[in-house]
Amino acid sequence: MIRKLLTGNGAAAWGARLARVDYIPAFPITPQTEIIETIAHWIGEGRMDSRMTTLESEHSMITSAGAAATTGVRTFTATSSQGLLYGMEMIYTVAGWRAPFVLVNVSRALSAPITLEPDHNDVLAARDSGFLQIHCATCQEVLDSVLLAYRLGEDEKVRLPVIVNLDGFYLSFTREPVEIPDDAKVDQFLPPYDPGETRFRAGDPISQGVAVLGGSQYSYFRYETHLASLNALEIFEEASKEFEELFGRSYQPVESYRTEDAEVIFFMMGSFATKAKDAVDRLRSVGRKVGLLRPRLLRPFPAKAIVRALAGKKGIAVIDQNLSLGKGGILHTELCSALYSMADKPVMVSFIGGLGGRDITREEFYEMVAVTMKAIETGEVPTPRLLYGKEELIQMKGLQSIAKVEQRKGRGKR
Amino acid sequence: MKESSLKSIKDLPSTHVLGPGTPTCAGCGALGAIKIFCDILGEKTVFVNAAGCMTLLTVYPFTPFKGSWIYTAMASAPAGAQGVRDALDLLIRKGRLKPEEDLKVVVLTGDGTAYGMGLSSTSSAIYRGLDFIYICYDNEGYGNTGHQFSAATPHAARTATSKGPEGYQRYKKDLFAIWAAHRPAYVATVAGTEPLDLARKIEKAKDLKGSKLFIAFSPCPTGWYFEPAKTIEVGKLAVKTGVWPLKEYIDGKVAHTKVPLPKGKRPLVEEYLKIQGRFAHLFSPTRNENVLEKIQAGVDAYWESIV
Repeated sequence: MIRKLLTGNGAAAWGARLARVDYIPAFPITPQTEIIETIAHWIGEGRMDSRMTTLESEHSMITSAGAAATTGVRTFTATSSQGLLYGMEMIYTVAGWRAPFVLVNVSRALSAPITLEPDHNDVLAARDSGFLQIHCATCQEVLDSVLLAYRLGEDEKVRLPVIVNLDGFYLSFTREPVEIPDDAKVDQFLPPYDPGETRFRAGDPISQGVAVLGGSQYSYFRYETHLASLNALEIFEEASKEFEELFGRSYQPVESYRTEDAEVIFFMMGSFATKAKDAVDRLRSVGRKVGLLRPRLLRPFPAKAIVRALAGKKGIAVIDQNLSLGKGGILHTELCSALYSMADKPVMVSFIGGLGGRDITREEFYEMVAVTMKAIETGEVPTPRLLYGKEELIQMKGLQSIAKVEQRKGRGKR
Repeated sequence: MKESSLKSIKDLPSTHVLGPGTPTCAGCGALGAIKIFCDILGEKTVFVNAAGCMTLLTVYPFTPFKGSWIYTAMASAPAGAQGVRDALDLLIRKGRLKPEEDLKVVVLTGDGTAYGMGLSSTSSAIYRGLDFIYICYDNEGYGNTGHQFSAATPHAARTATSKGPEGYQRYKKDLFAIWAAHRPAYVATVAGTEPLDLARKIEKAKDLKGSKLFIAFSPCPTGWYFEPAKTIEVGKLAVKTGVWPLKEYIDGKVAHTKVPLPKGKRPLVEEYLKIQGRFAHLFSPTRNENVLEKIQAGVDAYWESIV
């Protein structure tokens, strides 16, 4: 075991290297590119016995990844944002093939307007595809999650592709100390991929992704795939137990931070949850009973674990770093559905924050607790709100006035 | 290049690799070509399919193929072939697959895909030197959706989306030239109705390393409006009148493998056109001399350009 300062992207590449992946179909996109550059470098130096093929698009890249996994090799790929959406037809398709491989998505907000910094609308667009989703908050978790993802996706009770998600910039380009486990231990945790009977070879033909005629067969296969995804809940706990024994780090489907006696809980995903942890610590030091609950596994959705963790809590500030236009926060919707049948359920307040990489400040975390406390006291739940400061609104208005002047200049009206 | 072992039609296999009983339309010209591909390529194949008529060859739980099959999507069958080929190579290199268990990777798409949505992934696969075979069954329209025009539809043909008095106004895209411009190992135009020419081309190309691409002329009774019994006649006339040149690209050169009779001696294009409902508006209620002459002139000019 060695300890190194790694970016989130570097940690993802290390995960692929330790997993001894055979095949990496690739296509560059910011902020993911460092992952494939790192792997290309290692292949060039002979440190990885793998093949990388650069395709001409993410649509082709994901097709190729699924086809290779179906043929029987351990496959890894990575993308972000527009790339994930460009390949979305194949995201659904390869999950239907039950082709297990790992795709690292480095989250980046979606166009339009086009931008580089993160939020979770890209990865949430893949929410219903059949891909499992593991969301990371630290660089160490990125490396470890890639290994867990292969165990999970390749398990014969699951056989599904897995997205490991990390936030662009905030995690992809942030260096943190990361423990790189020994090869031998990783090999013990993650044996070579066994495709079983489902692979292409002469003399043993199979047909994959074949058409069905009628809803009866379609329903059967789709629901079977749904049940396979749900199986991953149990497999995750098994694999993570073994992971802890070997590597000393424990990963639960849902991370609970100082939740035991907490009255108000922050509920959110990804690297911004580390900001929430800091706020929790500070609020705790002045006697506020707050905690954080962070779903690590989003698909399958660990509803039971979430309900268990939230039993007896008074209020939840749900922070969505995404926006379902015309509805609101996606995590809020998911949480509401999980808690609906719960007796004495906590008050749930919805906040939208961190869109396009916009920071969430310490003061805003304090304010969200205050708003949630008020909702608990009065029993009146405020309407969902966007985290947006006075200062930035003034700045935005300033930019709009400049834009108007520029537009007039462009029209020659002055 | 060694002499072909296929001297006459009698040398073609009399038993077929592709199973009978597929759900294609009666008289499907594409199926006739695909049968011959299967006969010559054998059973050690994996067909990588894109959305089209032939997607319905394999419908759960049946398949007519003796080898493997994977349906990808309309735009990316060559990328699927890339993944399969790369994976097979890796498995063999790492000793996890015996060399005799290797497969030929065969992309099977229609013209809607090959001439349009799939062109980017095909171009890129050839550019990467992918070792695969590409069969485009060209029925000159989006057949499976009811025969709307595609970039492969010929001038003046009526389709479900070109119903004007003079049919489809644009001209068929020259996919052969586009593919050949990539300098792949092999490109050919073929027709299921010319089985010896087709079989000899597959035999010649199948063991070449690199990209081997075929455009198979596929008369379509359903979309072209002729009786299923006339598929062979339509296919034969397309070659005899010079409408469908049979040619191949290999080692940087294009050669014609079956040249129609010279102008004046070969049948007029209208012999081919008038037996298809999609061109009926050129003959009735009145003969559209202008358009007929224009089509004939186009075909004549093509053959004049061939030295």
